[in-house]
Amino acid sequence: MNKRVVPGIVLLAIGAYFGFVVTLATFNGVAGLGFGIPTGIQAAIAATCAVLGALYFLTIDDVGDSTAPAAWLAGAGVVCFAIGSYIGLFVAPPEQYMGEVQRIMYVHVPSAWCALLAMTIAFASAILFLLRTDWKWDARMEGSIEVGVVLAFLLCCQGAIWAKPTWGVWWDWDPRLTTTAVLLFAFLGILALRRFVDDPVKRGIWSAVATIIAYVDVPIVYFSVRWWNSLHQQQSNPGTVSRQFWLPLRANAFGILFLMVAFIMLRARISALRLKTELAPPPLAEAQLGEAV
Amino acid sequence: MIHALRKEFLLQWRTRAQLMAVIVFGASALLLFSFAVGPNAQMLRQFSAGFMWLGLLLSSTLTLAESFHAEMENRALEGLMLLPMSPRVIYYGKALANWFQLVLLGCALFPVMVVLYDAGTTDLLRLFLVIALGTAGLSAPGTLYAAMTAQVRSKQTLLPLLLFPLIVPALLASVKATSLIVLGDPMQQLAPWIRLLAAFDAIYWSLCGLLFGRVVEE
Repeated sequence: MNKRVVPGIVLLAIGAYFGFVVTLATFNGVAGLGFGIPTGIQAAIAATCAVLGALYFLTIDDVGDSTAPAAWLAGAGVVCFAIGSYIGLFVAPPEQYMGEVQRIMYVHVPSAWCALLAMTIAFASAILFLLRTDWKWDARMEGSIEVGVVLAFLLCCQGAIWAKPTWGVWWDWDPRLTTTAVLLFAFLGILALRRFVDDPVKRGIWSAVATIIAYVDVPIVYFSVRWWNSLHQQQSNPGTVSRQFWLPLRANAFGILFLMVAFIMLRARISALRLKTELAPPPLAEAQLGEAV
Repeated sequence: MIHALRKEFLLQWRTRAQLMAVIVFGASALLLFSFAVGPNAQMLRQFSAGFMWLGLLLSSTLTLAESFHAEMENRALEGLMLLPMSPRVIYYGKALANWFQLVLLGCALFPVMVVLYDAGTTDLLRLFLVIALGTAGLSAPGTLYAAMTAQVRSKQTLLPLLLFPLIVPALLASVKATSLIVLGDPMQQLAPWIRLLAAFDAIYWSLCGLLFGRVVEE
């Protein structure tokens, strides 16, 4: 196995340790595994390590490397997601007020986190591409925009499915909902821009500029819509989420995070390979060459 | 900077027929909106601010998409880039000229709104402020995107696709502020919306100027 994956695996292992092992042990009455760190900080360590570990994998996707890290990450993601969904659907109790519908939260909330993370990765890649003009950041930007768009679309669909039975409407003009929709359309526009520009240099720079402009818009849209109208439930933190809901939520968060990173890695690889042929077209085959001469 | 601005205004003056056409387009859009609601005077009056800004937004894409037309002909932009000045000067000249044109458009559409929707006001000063700030929010990112889309196929489709999601906060604040001016503002809510518009303008006028150099570089 490539040595470069080791730091990523270590980070993910720390995340999994604090996210699952310590929490599960505490639930079952086994104390002392958490080194005396308060629960809130444990959750923060778990989330930070998981995100950093996943991001680390993004930086080792150079062309020529095997797709094995991405494949392993995707496999781990599917396993986590399957476990989380099983617990969320069959083991965790239904919520007191919303009943069974609330179980959609176990995919909805992690999707929201990951969609925002994917857009943030796109924003960071755009800045790095403009500063360094290194093509791999262009590839990563394209990958993360596409994955972010898919996640944002799923997020809107899940939100609508959840909103109909609880709020009585499919759609509501709430800040987070509206911001997600605006974000979805803004990034779809950038993908369209990429399709329309043939020159790879211009395509890279323009879509990076558009990504930065669109991302800066997110907080402004959020606050303007919040002034305008509001109904969405308040954001939850571990303190307001009951213990039994933690496990499926965290397992799914890890699962979707891994899947997201794996997809971005694979997608960035495709873009990078495409770009390689665009920047340096393969030599004509001999038969064609004969015709050309 | 002065010269860049002078060039833009000269260009606009020579193509003033286009501005007239865009104003007529916006006015006819306002006329059509009233058919969507039906002849309900009260409803029309209530939604008048929204209609006016949507009309303005739709017609602004026409002026913005055309704004780099002269620069694209005979690759004039490359000649401009060779001049010993920052590309930012070109951007701000173009953005200011577009802004001026959109303010004219807004001032032209307002009387149409008064006549069609019976939504007038005597507070013209504040209304002008809102129109100026709102159109500034359209002009800054619009000019930047126009510079990109002017160079690609199907620019008429791509510009709105990129611009519309982006200017949601500016549109929202402009509609809300105009509506408060026209329909009355018992809760004193106008100031926060104007502040939001001003913040949006400040962010995008600086950010887009910063990024424009990269967009036009060869």
